[in-house]
Amino acid sequence: MNISSLTVEQLKKKLSKGLSFQIGNFNICLTSSIPNVCIHIKHLYSEYEVLSDDVYIDFYIELCSPTLIRCYIRPQVVFSFDGYIAFKPLPLAQAGAMFEWGLNWCIANHSNQYLIIHAAVVELNGCAFVFPGAPGNGKSTLCAALVCNGWRLLSDEMTLVSIEDGLIYPVPRPTSLKNQSINIIKNYSKNAVFGEVVKDTAKGTIGHMRAPDNSVRCAHKPAQATKLIFPKYTQGAATELTALSKGKTVLRAAEQCFNYSALGSQGFETLCSLVGDVGCFEFSYSSLDEAVALFSGIAH
Amino acid sequence: MIKPILAQVFINPAISLNLSLVHWDLLIRQARRANILAKLAFFLEKNSFLKSVPDQPKKHLLSAQVHANRFALSLEWEIECISQALIDQPIKLILLKGAAYHAAENITADGRVFSDVDVLVPEEYLVAVERALGKAGWMNLSFDPYEQQYYRKWMHEIPPLTNLKRQTSLDVHHNILPKTCEFYPDSSLLRDNAVQLNKKNIWVLSREDRVIHSATHLFHEGEFGNGFRDLSDLDSLLKEFSEYQDFWKHLVQRSVALQQQISLYYALRYCSLIFETQIPGDAQREVEQGVPNPLKQTIMDFLFLRALMPDHSSCNGRWTGMARWLLYIRSHWLRMPLHLLVPHLLRKSWMRLSGKEVH
Repeated sequence: MNISSLTVEQLKKKLSKGLSFQIGNFNICLTSSIPNVCIHIKHLYSEYEVLSDDVYIDFYIELCSPTLIRCYIRPQVVFSFDGYIAFKPLPLAQAGAMFEWGLNWCIANHSNQYLIIHAAVVELNGCAFVFPGAPGNGKSTLCAALVCNGWRLLSDEMTLVSIEDGLIYPVPRPTSLKNQSINIIKNYSKNAVFGEVVKDTAKGTIGHMRAPDNSVRCAHKPAQATKLIFPKYTQGAATELTALSKGKTVLRAAEQCFNYSALGSQGFETLCSLVGDVGCFEFSYSSLDEAVALFSGIAH
Repeated sequence: MIKPILAQVFINPAISLNLSLVHWDLLIRQARRANILAKLAFFLEKNSFLKSVPDQPKKHLLSAQVHANRFALSLEWEIECISQALIDQPIKLILLKGAAYHAAENITADGRVFSDVDVLVPEEYLVAVERALGKAGWMNLSFDPYEQQYYRKWMHEIPPLTNLKRQTSLDVHHNILPKTCEFYPDSSLLRDNAVQLNKKNIWVLSREDRVIHSATHLFHEGEFGNGFRDLSDLDSLLKEFSEYQDFWKHLVQRSVALQQQISLYYALRYCSLIFETQIPGDAQREVEQGVPNPLKQTIMDFLFLRALMPDHSSCNGRWTGMARWLLYIRSHWLRMPLHLLVPHLLRKSWMRLSGKEVH
């Protein structure tokens, strides 16, 4: 049963007691009585599978108001990971975004079975392209454009490379877009479905684009990386793909890993074998159409 | 008393073979909240049960082990750096608590992850030690004059130091209890009995003193977020040291010499009630000489058996919050006489309410 088969009332009721659902290899139980959270889940997670009560849950997450007073005066939201409060409260309007950020934190800090790269990863015809990148380099925008053109979304935020088999395991979730990127993607594709757009967050204006239903359905299928590409959006730049040496790629990708040093030699070996098997590039662009045409061409 | 599943597994790890996924779910949650998940992983591994854990909970155990292994490596480096910084000081560098368990290779150190390194030095060398650590990059980052005075005048440690490069935290102690405590021990006794670990200047308290310090720390503690973990340290240390001849006899003797009979009594009582730690009859009888009167004992049981549970919603009863609050008050009561305590607590409440609190 998917979340979409619940009515709004049923969803509200489930959320107030704990809604369990599956995202790739992770089972989440989310508890919240905040209306924003219900809307966020309804818009962006409708195709995810609801889990029964007897399954193992990886992350118990609760979003609630910090105190009674904060329900009325400057309302806030607190993210708790099974009772552990890892962050300061945020304004209530950011509850949906806080779920996304908090879940990123849960996965990044408690999943050392993977080398976790801060990178978007998408797949077409069995070719998975990994786009590591510092914030502002246009990795999510590029990823959103590819996904709107039929690429499968594995993740827009973290690439999970299994230590065991070197494959990339999907966690397809809403793509987080910031500021101008939101309108760029809204204008770019009529397939793009957004949740509530929230202004004045720590990262500026934030909008989450729903993951394609097909990507959610294929969330159990790992993929083999074939390219590792560092994107760089620059206004007016020509579309240009430049080969990068393996050594440089390892060093640059290591900087983008969440748990590279925690994994020690395992992290080094996993990253080296990933880089060893793929084509490594830098990519500068300003036109999404040209970028999509280029990558779709390579993947065909 | 219904024991949390986490305590049951530490008592008898073989039950892990027959747990359903729902039980595993609860076990991992309790262990994570008790800050003991990696320790549970090493404990199951040591008893050869880790292989049989179902995949879903196992990945959390293994993930916590990765983190703990990395932590152990950084801890060794940190200890090395502290030792280098104090190389010219004519003192024993004595590690306490977590750092000591690790350096002494005690079983309880396996998977134990914590935030501060604690060391013990003679009070008369505090100034020189602080200066030497300062040169090596450990600074006191609090400039609040009240806090400075509070620590330096009344406490058994100087204000916490932070390494500017690594952001690691170091607590320099000259004793194991504040000067204002009724049962303030003579710290030279602790230093005289300390044990050197290798050719370098790294020492730990003797086995008995390590147990006593652990007990003293836990039963003067005001915050119990790590209470279950700290009690599991005691359980593990006692089991490990039981192998040594006359350990129990010496333990009781040392508790008398250091005036820590009551803390040791509570440690043994709650270890045996919660972890079913085996305590020899002789030792049991001797520590019971420090037993509180029956009414006080009943109250303490009520409070500690709640406060020492893992800090997880499944272990919290109706009275848990109140028990922890009363023990918080008790910890301050034990630390200072009333004429110092009242102004101190008032000031703390004011700082908390006005949002100026740093810690």
